[in-house]
Amino acid sequence: MPTRAWTTALTMAALLASAVGLQALRERTGALTAGPDNLLYVRSPEVLRRLSLSFDSLLADVYWIRAVQHYGGTKLSTGPDKSYSLLYPLLDLTTSLDPQFTIAYHFGSLFLAEPPPGGPGRPDLAITLLEKGLAANPDSWEFTQAIGFVHYWWYQDYPTAAQWFQRASMMPGAPVWMQPLAAVTLAEGGRRDGSRLLWQQIAKTAQEDWFKAEAARRLAQLDALDQVDQLTAILRAYESRTGEAATTWNALVQRGYLRGAPVDPSGTPYRLDGQAVGLDPRSPLYPLPKQQGRPR
Amino acid sequence: MSTIWKVAVSVFRESVRDKVLYNLVFFAVLLMAASYLIGQLTAGQDVKIIKDLGLAAIATFGLLIAVFIGIGLVWKEVERRSIYSLLSKPLTRQQFIVGKYCGLGITLLVNVAAMVAAYYAVLAYMGAMTPQAARDAWVAPAADPALLQAVALIVIELLLVTAIALFFSTFSSPFLSAILTLGLWVIGHFNADLRNFQAVVDSPVAAGVARALYYVLPNFSAFDVKHQVVHALPVPAMYLVSTAAYGCVYIALLLVAAVAVFSRRDFK
Repeated sequence: MPTRAWTTALTMAALLASAVGLQALRERTGALTAGPDNLLYVRSPEVLRRLSLSFDSLLADVYWIRAVQHYGGTKLSTGPDKSYSLLYPLLDLTTSLDPQFTIAYHFGSLFLAEPPPGGPGRPDLAITLLEKGLAANPDSWEFTQAIGFVHYWWYQDYPTAAQWFQRASMMPGAPVWMQPLAAVTLAEGGRRDGSRLLWQQIAKTAQEDWFKAEAARRLAQLDALDQVDQLTAILRAYESRTGEAATTWNALVQRGYLRGAPVDPSGTPYRLDGQAVGLDPRSPLYPLPKQQGRPR
Repeated sequence: MSTIWKVAVSVFRESVRDKVLYNLVFFAVLLMAASYLIGQLTAGQDVKIIKDLGLAAIATFGLLIAVFIGIGLVWKEVERRSIYSLLSKPLTRQQFIVGKYCGLGITLLVNVAAMVAAYYAVLAYMGAMTPQAARDAWVAPAADPALLQAVALIVIELLLVTAIALFFSTFSSPFLSAILTLGLWVIGHFNADLRNFQAVVDSPVAAGVARALYYVLPNFSAFDVKHQVVHALPVPAMYLVSTAAYGCVYIALLLVAAVAVFSRRDFK
């Protein structure tokens, strides 16, 4: 290689090394104060649809990825103030740009309904989103069932849930278990067996891994609710026999009521606060859903 | 015909010399990187996103080539003064314009064909790597042949954009031609709004003008069936044929206009 080429190469290498060094120095000297990251410049789906020219589907993908990142980032953040304020606008934009984006409706409704701190706790918005999906895909039994599910699980409104399940069962392609599910919901709504049946069917028929994992988590939560009931009964028995309330699991272990400190289905120890048994907030099953009625 | 072919081949060779086909490398890298990254960033729908991204990239790369090469097709020859030696040969001005257009058309077709091959290769790979249970949930296979319907209309749209760029390049500077071509492309996507203009204005004259513009300006939104093919929604054959015919007629109109303008130009 001629000398001139070597000189050029060395100069470029030296400049690159300097740029890397300066970048590292900048990092160490501290960054500028960050502005708010919860910004959404265009909130009107209609305006965005027009601005996207012929790239509306691609823009829907971008907003979908942003919604997933917003939800995941907020959920995993350790800050005290978890705000999912952009979640619904992002999902609304996604589904307006691509009304056939079925996953965005289904995942989105699960994200929206999840109670704090794991989500914004807005089952009303979950239903709004699913109804929008149903309007765009009027023959979809999946949307109809999902709306019934929100009424079932988050509102514990079993008659309304049963109506939606019934409606779903009459739609083309609906699975055979939909009709019995509607009947069970109406007759035994609120029983954990009914909830178990619902989640087992979702686990069986879900085509996305995330849904299967979510169904497995909900089934584990139902098991945890059973265990909490059993532990509460043991605490009552201990109290009636000894005349004093147990304040630690160790007291129960020493008296032979338990073999060891109880753990929830994820393997995280249960907490004992006064006489109340609860999940540790670090447990992946936390928080448990609102009381799912009677155990059996 | 052989004269037109010679001009077309020379335009294609010049494009290759100008390293226009390098965009194919960017396209392939973009798709391969995206197919990996999308899986990390999103929850489900990786294949749908890759389909969207691939079609959008084919359209965008093609648009950039059509506009930024199309605007220089005639202007470059005038600027270099090579137009004098060209027109002194047995080559009519009509043959020159049509040959230039065909040359860029060939460049675009080769580009799109290569991009489509890379696109299908990535989709086929994603399909093969996805478990059968997950594939069952897809509305269409990954390497769905129906995607070619969207590609076909993208090609016609690009050929139309090329014709517009070439038309402007016969009498205008490259900068102005680029602005006018891109402007017309953007307006062409808002075409449907012009049709319904009477709903927002009271003046029947304004509504009439808008309605006339709706019919006169090229309707680029008609060439967009990306959403339909990605979601495996039906695109009637009649729609494809009529849209393709619309595009071809418009291209012919622009070429005739370009020839008419260019024939009247005085290069003395």
